[in-house]
Amino acid sequence: MSELTLFLIRVAYLAILWIFVLSAISVIRSDMFGARVPESARGAEPQPRRTGRAGRAGRAGKDKPPAKRRGSPTHVIVTEGSNVGERAELDGAPVLIGRGSDAAIRLDDDYVSTRHARIAASGDQWFVEDLGSTNGTYIGSVRITQPTTVTLGTQVRIGKTILELRK
Amino acid sequence: MAAGQQGAIMGFVHRRRRGAELFLLVLALAVGIGAYAAVGLGVEGEVPVDLLGYGGWLAGLVVAAHVVIRFVAPYADPVLLPVVAALNGLGLAVIHRLDLADGSALARQQLTWMTLGVLLFVGTLVVLRDHRVLTRFTYTSGLAAIALLLLPMVPGLGKTVNGAKIWIGVGPFSFQPGEVAKVLLVVAFAGYLVLHRDALALAGRRVLFVDLPRGRDLGPILAMWLISLGILVLQRDLGSSLLFFGLFLVMLYVATERPGWLVVGGAMFFGGAGLLYYVSVTTGQLSHIQNRVNIWLDPMAYFDQSPGSGQLVESLFGMAWGGLLGRGFGEGNPERIPYAESDFIIGAIGEELGLTGVIAVLLLYGLIVERALRAALISRDGFGKLMATGLAAVFALQVFVVVGGVTRLIPLTGLTTPFLSYGGSSLVANWVIVALVLRVSDLARRPVPSVGDDATDVAADAETTQVVRLS
Repeated sequence: MSELTLFLIRVAYLAILWIFVLSAISVIRSDMFGARVPESARGAEPQPRRTGRAGRAGRAGKDKPPAKRRGSPTHVIVTEGSNVGERAELDGAPVLIGRGSDAAIRLDDDYVSTRHARIAASGDQWFVEDLGSTNGTYIGSVRITQPTTVTLGTQVRIGKTILELRK
Repeated sequence: MAAGQQGAIMGFVHRRRRGAELFLLVLALAVGIGAYAAVGLGVEGEVPVDLLGYGGWLAGLVVAAHVVIRFVAPYADPVLLPVVAALNGLGLAVIHRLDLADGSALARQQLTWMTLGVLLFVGTLVVLRDHRVLTRFTYTSGLAAIALLLLPMVPGLGKTVNGAKIWIGVGPFSFQPGEVAKVLLVVAFAGYLVLHRDALALAGRRVLFVDLPRGRDLGPILAMWLISLGILVLQRDLGSSLLFFGLFLVMLYVATERPGWLVVGGAMFFGGAGLLYYVSVTTGQLSHIQNRVNIWLDPMAYFDQSPGSGQLVESLFGMAWGGLLGRGFGEGNPERIPYAESDFIIGAIGEELGLTGVIAVLLLYGLIVERALRAALISRDGFGKLMATGLAAVFALQVFVVVGGVTRLIPLTGLTTPFLSYGGSSLVANWVIVALVLRVSDLARRPVPSVGDDATDVAADAETTQVVRLS
């Protein structure tokens, strides 16, 4: 076997090795940036994200754009606890709930963390997600550990407060 | 630790990427089978006659693993299996190349072990549908790990190979139980720390800038770790003790988020190593430690002594001769390195594939560690996070200790190079580790199950609701 053939085999094998390494890396690259947003959520995604303020309740009277689908919730409201009646519109999603001043629904409840939970959309479903609160977020009697869907009328308990999605 | 990531995963769904995995697997097979063909061409001047049979067997194993992943872990990471397959294939070819030079038949045995490894990989994925089940076996696996580490000291069962009492022999087979103990210890540490990390991080008192946790929180795990470390020191297995020490520190640091542990652990490590060296110099006991350090500092001086540096020096010569592109398979003399097929396989690769090949191999290890850490990052439960981190640390430390030792960055301590080296126990254990990481990443990348839409749709509820078991 000539010197040249051996050299070519050597270089060809190193090339195969590196082609494999580089394609593995390129799969990871597309894996990082290519995480797909579900088709149905695309419409909702590019909306400007307005951060809710403490005084959102004051703007509640304004006309809302009609809901995309009949029966989908438009706002979240406090049904039990010290802030009964306080509400936030869902088109400013994600809606932050907590004791902090940047929360869309600010609760005066000692059992609520500063940034306690948030409500966000994925597709045409709404999710409540605990943000690492001290006392947890409950749906019924179950403490949630990951983003969980909520529908109209599902009672979400945060500290001594109960919230609901409403039309 | 768990909360910050959840927001990021809410908006999108990870893709399955099984097609990408298949594509990479084809390339990985090209790496493995191509190496085998290149070895044949380089050493014997012809394509090996059994190339089809060998390639078919390798392809069959890898494709079987891929098909099982498609069915039982559809969202698992697409890069891990191809990378592992490529490393294993390359290792087989290099061992085969050394066989041709030495007249041994280790590659055939290694292929048998790889078959067993893939079977256990498949078994792990099929049996273990949710890695959180392992939290039930926290203490069991800790005790099992210690029992396994003690096995080589049982008279009649243990075998001493090259001064290290880390083998057991049953009939014609020999096995290194420490390799399995490594996986069990990760499970035990992860299970314990996930329950007690709050207590470890918050309760306790401050001594000299460091918050020491209470004894009852740290006690069990510290005992488990000290016992396993003590056994390894008695067995003169320096590499594994280093690995376990590092593993313990990494997991403690990740669980408690206290950088202080790294400082304390690093100080303990260097203090202990210095003390051991001092003792071995002054008293003449523990001469193997002094040997290792002397060889590390000046390998050429001990070239032809009995516990000398011949192995290391031959490997250094080989790598120097290999240069940038290597000699090519069959053109170098890696058989001059004693035990080139186990601890010094990186030396053999450096000689015949050169720096270019060694960098590719190191990058592949980097990819394995990165994918395991990525699985830990996006995992939604603390146990999965800790276990994936621990397994990533096992890989990273092992490669660092071995490659650092062979390239004379640190004193040489014996450990196998994962997936490349000849050694059945290590190969099998590493396949199981990869199966565990794939399981964690599968659960982490799976779309969030929807709970609680019973108010609107009872029928859909029955199929989408998933019971989430806590701990």
